[in-house]
Amino acid sequence: MSAANRRPVSRSGGERSLDTSHGTVLYLEGLSVSFDGFKAINDLSLYINDGELRCVIGPNGAGKTTLMDIVTGKTRPDEGEAWFGQTLDLLRLDEAAIANAGIGRKFQQPTVFTELTVAENLELAMAGNRNVLSVLRAKLSGEQRDLIASTLERIGLVALRDMNASTLSHGQKQWLEIGMLLMQQPRLLLVDEPATGMTHQEMAQTGELLCSLAGDHSVVVVEHDMDFVRSLDSPVTVLHQGSVLAEGSLDAIQSDPLVRSVYLGE
Amino acid sequence: MMNVRGGTLPPVFFQRLWRAVLLGLAVCFSPVQAADLPDALQSALEDLAGRDKVLRLEAVERIANSGTEESEALLQVILSGELYHWKPEDRFVRGEKDGRKFILYALEDGAELATVGRREAKKVSINNTLRGAVKSALATLDLIAPDPAKRLAGVRAQFAALAVPVERIDALLESESDTAVRDSLVTLRAMTLVSDETASGEPLMTAIAALGNSTEPGALTPLKGRFERSDDDAEKSALSSAIKAFESRQARFGMVKQVFFGLSLGSILVLAAIGLAITFGVMGVINMAHGELIMLGAYTTWAMQQLLPGQPGVALLLAIPMGFMVSASVGMVMERFAISKLYGRPLETLLLTFGFSLILQQAVRTFISARNVAVSNPSWMSGSLELHPMLSLTMNRVVIMFFCLAVFAVLWWVMQRTRFGLQLRAVTQHREMARCVGVRSRRIDTLTFGLGAGLAGLAGVALSQLGNVGPNLGQAWIVDSFLVVVFGGVGNLWGTLIGGLGIGVATKLIEPWSGAVLAKVLLLVAVILFIQRRPRGLFPPSGRSAGDN
Amino acid sequence: MNRYLSAVLADRMGVVLLTVLLVSAVWVPIASLVLPASHPLHMGSYSVALWGKYLCFGLLALSLDMVWGKLGILSLGHGVFFGLGGYVMGMYLMRQVGDRGVYGDPILPDFMVFLNWDELPWYWFGFDHAWIAFPLILIVPGLLAYVFGALAFRSRVTGVYLSIITQAMTYAVMLAFFRNELGFGGNNGLTGFFDILGYDLREDVTRAALFSATALSLAGCYVLCRCLFATRLGLLCTAVRDAESRVRFLGYRTDRVKLSVFVLSAAIAGLAGALYVPQVGIINPGEFSPLNSIEIVIWVALGGRGTLWGAVVGAVVVNVAKTQFTGWLPEGWLFMLGGLFVLTTLYLPRGLAMLVPKRVSGS
Ligand SMILES: Nc1ncnc2c1ncn2[C@@H]1O[C@H](COP(=O)(O)OP(=O)(O)OP(=O)(O)O)[C@@H](O)[C@H]1O
Ligand SMILES: [Mg+2]
Repeated sequence: MSAANRRPVSRSGGERSLDTSHGTVLYLEGLSVSFDGFKAINDLSLYINDGELRCVIGPNGAGKTTLMDIVTGKTRPDEGEAWFGQTLDLLRLDEAAIANAGIGRKFQQPTVFTELTVAENLELAMAGNRNVLSVLRAKLSGEQRDLIASTLERIGLVALRDMNASTLSHGQKQWLEIGMLLMQQPRLLLVDEPATGMTHQEMAQTGELLCSLAGDHSVVVVEHDMDFVRSLDSPVTVLHQGSVLAEGSLDAIQSDPLVRSVYLGE
Repeated sequence: MMNVRGGTLPPVFFQRLWRAVLLGLAVCFSPVQAADLPDALQSALEDLAGRDKVLRLEAVERIANSGTEESEALLQVILSGELYHWKPEDRFVRGEKDGRKFILYALEDGAELATVGRREAKKVSINNTLRGAVKSALATLDLIAPDPAKRLAGVRAQFAALAVPVERIDALLESESDTAVRDSLVTLRAMTLVSDETASGEPLMTAIAALGNSTEPGALTPLKGRFERSDDDAEKSALSSAIKAFESRQARFGMVKQVFFGLSLGSILVLAAIGLAITFGVMGVINMAHGELIMLGAYTTWAMQQLLPGQPGVALLLAIPMGFMVSASVGMVMERFAISKLYGRPLETLLLTFGFSLILQQAVRTFISARNVAVSNPSWMSGSLELHPMLSLTMNRVVIMFFCLAVFAVLWWVMQRTRFGLQLRAVTQHREMARCVGVRSRRIDTLTFGLGAGLAGLAGVALSQLGNVGPNLGQAWIVDSFLVVVFGGVGNLWGTLIGGLGIGVATKLIEPWSGAVLAKVLLLVAVILFIQRRPRGLFPPSGRSAGDN
Repeated sequence: MNRYLSAVLADRMGVVLLTVLLVSAVWVPIASLVLPASHPLHMGSYSVALWGKYLCFGLLALSLDMVWGKLGILSLGHGVFFGLGGYVMGMYLMRQVGDRGVYGDPILPDFMVFLNWDELPWYWFGFDHAWIAFPLILIVPGLLAYVFGALAFRSRVTGVYLSIITQAMTYAVMLAFFRNELGFGGNNGLTGFFDILGYDLREDVTRAALFSATALSLAGCYVLCRCLFATRLGLLCTAVRDAESRVRFLGYRTDRVKLSVFVLSAAIAGLAGALYVPQVGIINPGEFSPLNSIEIVIWVALGGRGTLWGAVVGAVVVNVAKTQFTGWLPEGWLFMLGGLFVLTTLYLPRGLAMLVPKRVSGS
């Protein structure tokens, strides 16, 4: 199940030649995963278009996080295929290679490097050559400093720049992780429950941010908060027991009797 | 010829009694005149007391072949140099020197006869040649003993010397009814024939083939010996195929034996490692003091034997619960007062427990002894269990294997069928979740640690029966136990069982051709390589909590 | 360069350590060679060697702190790298003996003559040349660390598991080196050295020079580590230590990060071993015993892991205490050591470094 025995394909973070000639960045087809016989993902197929913002919703345990685990290489599916663009077989890459290919992820449980400062967290996440020697020699250029500064501003952590990340609140960690995602400049962003621990105002900001990213990037957002999802005004996919239950606009979904019965518990 | 001294019963009476009691029994006792030596013996003794060397040698043989009840005892007396000629009575007796006097006993029933001066008793002395003759005569005596087990041992005893003539063996075969004895007589006959230079032709070939199929470990020597000396081609090829057949069977049995040794080692490894695996599974900590807890168990056995001198068996049985309790309480104290303070920091815990291991080790050195102490095996654990002439297993290892299985079974029962086991498994799989449903995980930790430590104590009790008990006992086993845990995966009893037995058998199978040290090195390397493929062992724990992040 | 200099200067305790090392590198030769024996500050060759030994341990502790303190890899096998470096040096010194050995064989070391070997095993060739042997001091431990680390890190063996297999590695190497057949002197190891680079090892000058070399190597390695961890790679190491899997999702190959630092650390440990052997005059398989390796850990833990200077201080403190203690109560040392493990982990989780006020340490 672990990614340990995947072939690490060496690929530096710089190169970004993704073939999206058919307009689709992510193809997931017929995926299945089971944990000790429990099917967390069951014959799931999902396609994300280039530049699209997509919301994925579903009750607890529907398999949303597991889906992201598969895409980012953390979990290996028992069956199915996962392609990034036309040519990159995600199932053959390990986590680092997938990240370098241009898939960034924000975890449900915000994970930042607590012993580093906020700015250092961003510095590490910054796109660039990832091999050991270049990291050893790396030095921040003026441009990169500016990038960090502007990102800090965007995530509202300018004042905390040199604080250890361990001192941040849950919401601030969420922001920092979003900031790290921005620094990574991925082609596809997987954002797992970004709004947890945020105020209403912050949620609105996050929503705006994600919307502004769409277009240049593809964004997949998992969220439970329906108001937040509504604010994104994007196509919604409903996951239930590991497979896609419905797809469409939020309004259409909410009136779908099937969805109402399993998801809204009616 | 001989007078019956006062005090002994008249011969006639004795004869009647004898017949009355034993009449209905089919016994091979030759009817003996109790107070009289049979004539055959009497005359042989006379020759033995004479000076003619040839006659004396013959006399020994005559005694041996007389088939009388007394011959064995008589030969023993001769061998010990206690045979005397009581001159005034002209009677052969057994004499014991008592200062300047001799106390004489009757040969036939051991009754004390008289105490006489030096002049009245003359020692029948024997030289080395005679002594040798007496010895081999004594050995062949067993061949005709009434007890089949004794006969069997007698035949076996002949396998090395091969001094019994073929004709004699044939004669014995004729009257022999016990199959086991017959089989070994046949083997003996074949061995004798093969090592007899003059033998040839059909009988020889049959003998060679018979030896090739024999299960007697000694059968190889005559075959090989003849093969070296022989220059007949047909004979040589027969010999070589017999040798090959024999050796391959021997190798097969050697393999079985090696596997047994492996299982035995493995069962000890399982005992030693299982507590470690449980604590590691539940608490994520490696208890570096585990080896010392094993040592404590072994010392408990020693202490019990000191408390109950002369009853090693009872002491050992008592040591089982005691060893468990001693180690378990030390473990629980360690957990309560130290390890619990480091929860969630496994590497620090490793160092902490290592500190305890040093302290315990040194404590034993200082307060008991730096040297090994002697722990004895009770009688039911010594000796060996013969399953086959080519396969005998030492009793202590067999017992320990069963002990291990029993401990495993009890443990399995505890884990599957008791509330504690259920809670323990719950904490292993998901600590927070278990807490949420009301498991007091702190208490479970302490109890688990106690259980793990107690199991170490049991391993110590078992180990005390296998080798030296000393302050370094724990160190010798700890690395191996770690390997078992790493190999078998944690939190899974079966993993430990299979891991332990697997490592044990593998070690013993490599050992014959690599030597003990190299075997260990190879095994360590193998486990290090294995963990590359399966970083979480054979049976990795499953569930989300097991993954990092 | 500026960034590195400020990194070194920022850690004031480290600066103190560097100063002490540099001063002693100069002072000890003076105290032992120039001052007359009657002078109260004179240092006999015994204490020069003793302090040289402590500094070797300091270097070894530093190398462990690189991987444990900075990267979170608790290696229970650093003694192996130290020992291998020592054995390389020992082989060089052994070949320098020439025909002065007990058996007077011009080529074969005594133990080989004793075992009736008629020629030098192939892996002993070249060790008579310093230019071959000295690089191997770093290469041999580095190579083992590379192979071991590549296997372990790529398959993501971490935490306690990793610690245990490093211990298994030590144990395996120890057993192997105890065998005569391996050709490294078995039980007795390598000893009976005469000179190094043409200088007699028993001369005070040589000893003083070895001490200075050790002090300077330690200072150099300390600066090297400081600079290393001041780079972005240093940040990355901290990140790997705290949340390795998260780092992977940023696109870094954490196994390679760990591997490079691990190999560097092993090479430094090898250097420490190589400096150690000529000063104590012997190397034997006992150096590979698991206990030795785990003792290094307590030096680092006591000094304060992750501080680099703390490791050095811890090594020196524990070893001075050991020398004193075994002097008057040999029985008690293991109690002491065990107690040290218990007390440090329970009450001094960040070691002696905890006791240094932030104001002073500067970090
Ligand atoms: N590594 C794992 N081992 C065992 N079970 C797992 C593992 N990962 C996920 N699961 C199970 O798979 C199911 C789907 O989990 P997942 O985290 O994907 O749900 P989710 O949709 O993200 O839920 P939530 O909204 O609560 O975050 C759950 O029942 C979970 O327990
Ligand atoms: Mg989720």
